Amino acid sequence: MLKEYRIALRNSGLINPESIDEFIAADGYQALRKALKSEPLGIYEEIYDSGLRGRGGAGFPTGAKEKAAAVICSDCEKYVICNADEGEPGTFKDRIIMETDPHSLIEGLVIAAYSIGAHKGFVYIRGEYELSIQRVQNAIEQAYGRGFLGKNILGSGFDFDLEVRRGAGSYLCGEELTLIESVEGKRGYPRIKPPYPAEKGLWGSPTLINNVETLANFPAIILNGAKWYRSLGTENSPGTKIFTISGDVNKPGFYEFPMGITLRELIYDVAGGIRNGKPFGAALIGGAAGTFASEQHLDVPMGYDKLREVGLTLGSGAVIVMDGTRNLNQTMLSILKFFKHESCGKCIPCRVGTTQLHNTLKDSLAQQSFNNNQVYPELIRQAELIARTSLCPLGQSPILPLKSLWEHILVKQTANK
Amino acid sequence: MEVEKILSKYPRRKDYLLEILHDIQNHSTKNFIPEEAVQRVAEHLNIKKAQVYGVIGYYSMLSIKPRGRYVIRVCASPICNMMGSCSLLDYLKQKLGVELGETSADGLFTLETSECLGNCAAAPAMMVNQEMYGKLTPEMIDSLLEHYSRQTK
Ligand code: SF4
Ligand code: FES
Repeated sequence: MLKEYRIALRNSGLINPESIDEFIAADGYQALRKALKSEPLGIYEEIYDSGLRGRGGAGFPTGAKEKAAAVICSDCEKYVICNADEGEPGTFKDRIIMETDPHSLIEGLVIAAYSIGAHKGFVYIRGEYELSIQRVQNAIEQAYGRGFLGKNILGSGFDFDLEVRRGAGSYLCGEELTLIESVEGKRGYPRIKPPYPAEKGLWGSPTLINNVETLANFPAIILNGAKWYRSLGTENSPGTKIFTISGDVNKPGFYEFPMGITLRELIYDVAGGIRNGKPFGAALIGGAAGTFASEQHLDVPMGYDKLREVGLTLGSGAVIVMDGTRNLNQTMLSILKFFKHESCGKCIPCRVGTTQLHNTLKDSLAQQSFNNNQVYPELIRQAELIARTSLCPLGQSPILPLKSLWEHILVKQTANK
Repeated sequence: MEVEKILSKYPRRKDYLLEILHDIQNHSTKNFIPEEAVQRVAEHLNIKKAQVYGVIGYYSMLSIKPRGRYVIRVCASPICNMMGSCSLLDYLKQKLGVELGETSADGLFTLETSECLGNCAAAPAMMVNQEMYGKLTPEMIDSLLEHYSRQTK
């Protein structure tokens, strides 16, 4: 049995998430103490050197983002935001962090704020995550009480205020610029990029926006150093990752491992294998906006680049397993329904296109003469067009599951018929 | 808590709009934001009523239509779907005698669907107001409905 290696989840299940004392007893806020004694430059360089990449899905180098926000101006108003609007189907890692160890997220946020020179921050949590909202809210109050937030934090002269903001049911608000619109109290319509948030974010000011899991890694990196972090995981994907496994496995759940673990290990060693002893069918990696992996991918190391080489994406680390008896066309249909439902309608290709993709597959499936060979190439052609002409990641997503399902799985099944 | 009390909790800044709307809705026994409240919020934040309606209309958790005391949100996303949320939804429709978006005759339950609730490891999942439930079966649904009906008596 593989043993977990926990960094972001180091306290999960071990401490009472409502008690700051238990967090402190587990070395909590030590990294913040250390950070406040060093120069901000030292902090964002440490993060940069660690090779940490954004855990929200995009995998962008976290240190580079931080550095951009740090150096853009020295005296201007800046913000940090924690993106806790986790809505990707199959993904629930941020919820677990917030529910079981909210202080490590807060500690990471204060360190990030100090490193770029921000004095105000927000944790934007999706409205459906009631328990996360309560736990983070409670942790913020406690952190104020102990001087980890507010004026002159731990006597360092650094001031930082933090607030929770609730989302209200919109997948799109998980995209960083859309989220910023929502924090400003508006409808969640995406903005055109660039400018990126590090240049022009919340109220037009430089803003550093990071995912919950990303921030929960900060304290450990500051305490143990970039070298230590780099010694874990793979060369281009250092560190650990929380994988959320769901679907047809015996032990669905959340598990943290160094990057480079394989899908086979995750499914068979960690999640107890396929339910009811059935054969493996497929795994959707990264959620609805992810990619389908087949049997031939079971031994590819799970890391950003290795997966990309074989046409897969790591995304948020979701692994949705389907046994060999599942009808993957039905799964695809429900993925397309999801995109159709969540499209905001701002760009016509996405508004019309996501609906059309869904309806085309639905109508085809209803026909007696349904043939993958005729339907998928056309769906892929349309999805490619939508991806090219859409403004935000949502319109760019349907192509991923469609193309990978077709190329990795259906092509062969169709050929074998 | 009435609207004035909620408004007084927040600075008069537009970025608190969603927070205010959540609070108003959560304090309404019918899980919605009434017209008079929209009017007051708009005045308070010095924005147009249309802007407030625009925001409410955009976010799926918010409603200007009165709903039941309990809003049931069944997850309709791919994993729950795969694990049988469709048949549970049908079961709920039949038990409550409603279609999607409708409220049961006793005014207690409104049936809605939602996208992924982040409870995929325990799919199929649903929420009743702010409570999350997973690994649902028809028997569990029976006892949950009973539990909530009893709470209001
Ligand atoms: S791509 Fe789709 S979701 Fe994104 S802005 Fe355009 S219409 Fe909205
Ligand atoms: S898909 Fe239903 S809770 Fe995630």
